Amino acid sequence: MNPYLAGLMLGVVLLAAFYITGRGLGASGAMKSVVVSSVAAVSRDYAESSHYYSKYIADGKNPMKSWLVFEMLGVLVGGFISGAISGRLKFKIEKSPKITNRKRIILAVIGGILFGFGSQLGRGCTSGAALSGMAVLSLAGYVTLMAIFGTGFAMAYFFRKNWI
Amino acid sequence: MGPLIPLNDISEEINLLVAFLIGIGFGFSLEQAGFSSSRKLAGMFYGYDTTVLKVFFTAAITAMIGLTLFNELGMIDMSIVYVNDYFVRSAIIGGIIMGAGFIIGGFCPGTSACAAAIGKIDAMYFLLGSLIGIFIFGQTFPIWEELYMADHMGPVKISDTLGVKDGVMVLIVIIVATLMFWLGEKAEKRFKREDITKEI
Repeated sequence: MNPYLAGLMLGVVLLAAFYITGRGLGASGAMKSVVVSSVAAVSRDYAESSHYYSKYIADGKNPMKSWLVFEMLGVLVGGFISGAISGRLKFKIEKSPKITNRKRIILAVIGGILFGFGSQLGRGCTSGAALSGMAVLSLAGYVTLMAIFGTGFAMAYFFRKNWI
Repeated sequence: MGPLIPLNDISEEINLLVAFLIGIGFGFSLEQAGFSSSRKLAGMFYGYDTTVLKVFFTAAITAMIGLTLFNELGMIDMSIVYVNDYFVRSAIIGGIIMGAGFIIGGFCPGTSACAAAIGKIDAMYFLLGSLIGIFIFGQTFPIWEELYMADHMGPVKISDTLGVKDGVMVLIVIIVATLMFWLGEKAEKRFKREDITKEI
């Protein structure tokens, strides 16, 4: 799809999220719920004693029964429907021909670890902090956006073989 | 009057159903934008594909203009719309770590979920990595707690920082975005990589 048109569609979805819920979209928050629930499932006492996990499970709250978790389930369904319509459903490892599948997978895990960690420190990822923040003119949103993309550009040269 | 859910007594079931439906729209838009491809996303950093810039800013501007109009028409109470809390150091350092994750892993959390949904195996591993990264943060939180809570500025708006009205700020963002779209289109010609773009 034309990128400006896809952006318009995404913008309408984002606007709907603000109009209905008063908050924008998010992604890493749902993943945090998965982590918190897993930790609490292994040891509820431990999770309750942690400064970090405890606030998400206080008063018997179930972190999986949250807005962002259901939104992310929707993302999986919506992505699948779009892929089906456009004929893009296929098991595939995407990478530059210059690197092996093994290297691509290792780098994907490392990149994921960094992004997951950074999203917790930065209170949200590209969706919740940057995109949604920008729409409400949040300074934090613009700062996070510049930090993410600025670092991407600064490091691009060193990782060029993975992509081009 | 919006936002609908905070202002009305809506059951949890309806709330979560709405979340699921909004998510479908979110995932569908991301996938249609081409964000299920890591090489397309990475193209932003090498100039051969600047879709990320175009989609991201078009979406932000659309929502921004919509919210401004809704506010003018009295359709939304902006005082209860969430504006992200600004903690200077953690926002910058968190962003830098995320940027490194982006160029190394090729996705961000939302796009990796969308790509995993259409069968991208690298995206599934990125997702797994994200969960590990969040777990590491949770386990080592006492080390970061001070940094995490440092320099709390509250829900600051960029318009307040620059001392302009919200409407003027929206206009500034639109002008800057238009300039960047123009640069993006130029970059795609200059750094053209047909061998990659025909595949993604």
